[in-house]
Amino acid sequence: MATINPRETLDRALQELLDEILVLGSMVEEAVRTAVSALKARDLTASERIYEADEKINKKHFEIEDRCIILIATQQPMAKDLRLLAAVIEISTELERMGDYAKGIAKINILLGTEPLIKPLIDIPRMADLGLDMLHRSLGAFVAGDAETARAIPKEDDQIDALYNQVYRELVTYMIADTSTIDRANFLLWAAHNLERLADRVTNICERTIYLATGEQRELDRTDDELIHFEKKYKD
Amino acid sequence: MNLSIHLDTTVNHAVVQEIEDDNLVPAIEAISLNVYYADFLAVREVDIAIQKQKITALIGPSGCGKSTVLRAFNRMNDLIPVARTEGEVLFHGQNIYSQGVDPVEVRKRIGMVFQKPNPFPKSIYDNIAWGARINGFQGKKSQMDDLVEQTLLGAALWDEVKDKLQDSGLSLSGGQQQRLCIARTIAVRPDIILMDEPCSALDPISTLKIEELMRDLSDDYTIIIVTHNMQQAARVSDFTAFFTLTEDRAGVLMEYGNTTDLFTNPKQQVTEDYITGRFG
Repeated sequence: MATINPRETLDRALQELLDEILVLGSMVEEAVRTAVSALKARDLTASERIYEADEKINKKHFEIEDRCIILIATQQPMAKDLRLLAAVIEISTELERMGDYAKGIAKINILLGTEPLIKPLIDIPRMADLGLDMLHRSLGAFVAGDAETARAIPKEDDQIDALYNQVYRELVTYMIADTSTIDRANFLLWAAHNLERLADRVTNICERTIYLATGEQRELDRTDDELIHFEKKYKD
Repeated sequence: MNLSIHLDTTVNHAVVQEIEDDNLVPAIEAISLNVYYADFLAVREVDIAIQKQKITALIGPSGCGKSTVLRAFNRMNDLIPVARTEGEVLFHGQNIYSQGVDPVEVRKRIGMVFQKPNPFPKSIYDNIAWGARINGFQGKKSQMDDLVEQTLLGAALWDEVKDKLQDSGLSLSGGQQQRLCIARTIAVRPDIILMDEPCSALDPISTLKIEELMRDLSDDYTIIIVTHNMQQAARVSDFTAFFTLTEDRAGVLMEYGNTTDLFTNPKQQVTEDYITGRFG
């Protein structure tokens, strides 16, 4: 006689949830990548499509949250199962907010309209590449329950903070030199800020992975290097 | 709250106990408790301190010895002819298994509520009064009336039965009968109430009522509950002790700690496996 696995239903549902988180992650990666490349290429049609993509991301986020709530209600999960569901709810929210960042960048492109960029985009796409790479690996670590990788990834945030500071200094220089660039420079600064925040949210995902694997609730060290510029200036 | 782990070499497993709080006082403590049924070792080397005026849940798969441990706390195993107990159970500093200790006196101080409600086939009033009378209650009728009322109030049953105190206890619903049994237990003012699956024969609402009652009672009493319902253990208890079986089928204590910790982040893989339904 075949043995009955008492966890078959729950295990299948949890695996489906992990698959769904990866799907949502891919949707967000695609949205951010498209938003940045559309800004770089000044492709307004592509930016408008991000709005539709964001609606799909929001819908997927709610679907994942609903699945978690139903599993909590029907399966009464305990221990690691419960931590997994709590983590999935949180990570889904982080991804949904990243989708909003993509939409924010798309909006900036649309606001710029026919105005030319004040400078060719180099560091902002690099920030996006680095951030999305971190995001991709952080989700891989989450589904694998790999706390070691999750501890390592947030350290890479320093590179993104450094790029953000570089973008900031460069754009402020433009604004000082020519006040007519203030609006356009500010728009780009917002785009860079969105990408900087995206990387911070990757750290939150890594914290959830550590929680899943160990039960430990701890904020990972963050340097907040993007604020050092201001701290030095306004310290006194 | 410190984590202490000691490796018990005699049973070859690590017992994780994570209860260290200066405000806690043990109500009853088992030390190196072994219980045999004839030659069969049912419970092996259990060390556990149950905290006063707290609710402690004993959980584990069938046959892990949790009910045997529960019954060891008021010498109920003595009623099984082949049962034999080794080790100590300290209650107010006294080993209840010492020679000269009267098991009837022990059971007065440490009462028990069973799986199936078992009121006496007498009136609701007499179900409460009987225990007091055989324990030497000499008061007037009005004093007994007060005792019955206070006890039924304490068991959250008074409002439902105050107009029919002379009806048979067996005329009540299952949930009410179980609360009557709890009332009967607290009528003799014990220190500790042992509950062996007290809700397994009850519907969900009656179960929640008993759980609420347990919460109220824990202000005055120490409660130890054996339950197969892990959600119940998680809902109602302050501390949880997880028992399991070794290869020779002896029950052992594997992990004991705060209920919230044990159900969200157990320290032992075997606890995790049990509470997430991987075995048992």
